[in-house]
Amino acid sequence: MKILVVDDFSTMRRIIKNLLRELGFTNISEADDGQTALPKLQAGDFDLLITDWNMPGMTGIELLKAVRSDEKLSTMPVLMVTAEARRDQIVAAAQAGVNGYIIKPFTAGTLKEKLEKIFERLAA
Amino acid sequence: MSAVATDLDESLGARLQRAKALVAALEKGDEAEADRILDEIGRVRESMLFQEIGKLTRQLHEALTGFMVDNKLAELTENDIPDARERLNYVITMTDQAANTTLNVLDEVLPQLDALSEKTDNLGARWERFLQREMPYTEFREMSQEISRYFKDMSPALAQMQAQLNEVLMAQSFQDLTGQIIRKVIELVQQVENSLIELIRFSSRHMSPSAPATDKGKPEVEAEGPVVPGVDKAEAVSSQDDVDDLLSSLGF
Repeated sequence: MKILVVDDFSTMRRIIKNLLRELGFTNISEADDGQTALPKLQAGDFDLLITDWNMPGMTGIELLKAVRSDEKLSTMPVLMVTAEARRDQIVAAAQAGVNGYIIKPFTAGTLKEKLEKIFERLAA
Repeated sequence: MSAVATDLDESLGARLQRAKALVAALEKGDEAEADRILDEIGRVRESMLFQEIGKLTRQLHEALTGFMVDNKLAELTENDIPDARERLNYVITMTDQAANTTLNVLDEVLPQLDALSEKTDNLGARWERFLQREMPYTEFREMSQEISRYFKDMSPALAQMQAQLNEVLMAQSFQDLTGQIIRKVIELVQQVENSLIELIRFSSRHMSPSAPATDKGKPEVEAEGPVVPGVDKAEAVSSQDDVDDLLSSLGF
């Protein structure tokens, strides 16, 4: 399982990476915004994208839309981990095709639960 | 319109000349000529009036623009700056919480580590004696029981420490959240600065034509940053459960 973690704050990337490692995921790459993430996604064989929303350059919602409109990436599961908590934002992310939405600050348990849910759906 | 009529800095001489010409025409009984001269005089007047109105209009426009700058500043000071104060207070709260969480965990973990290390040293020294064949059998039996107990205690203790260190890990998320909030406040400070510069420019009369609002093509749904209690209330969910409810209402 190869995962790309996208967040402009390196502390948050480290936190998510640590949590993922504890859940048994070790093949993790990082990017600091959508602009650097997209070429990585297009070049690599990632199985899951975990992204923040509020980032300079290209935001997470723009990245999500770009992924969904890219033929090769369109079915990739995307989990959003963000401080953006307005209803219309969550609805917009859902409409753009997000697979899970976690608001910061979050717990290790929430991350585990949402990941399990995504994988369950994929298996079904 | 004749050249005379547009000459607004009309000299006294020119006016006198026109008055004389008018008198002469009237004396001659040349009514057409008299009317023409009167019209001309009227046009000059009219044109000057227009220019005055023009000046007034410009002054009014400038005053209104200045008023708008004032308004923007007023709005910033009335709403945005108290908001920023709340946001920065929230940053203090969050950094305080994170520091306390981390220090609390240290307070818990360090004594546990001390106890473990003491136990390990003690057992290690006895084990060494056993290897040197310096231990009577009864003491050996006692020691092996203790080693069993040690192993049994070790595994939950390690799991607990892992959980505690995880708490420290999660506490670091304050850096991301406060960073986003501080960035927003920096933007506000920049706005205030720009407004003040505009105001200074306006009041010192070095007016540049007021720049149009920099509303570049915004995406429909914009990033807002973390929700700050007491500042952002409207339309924000308050917990992960709310997010889950909202998404499941959308068929997720």
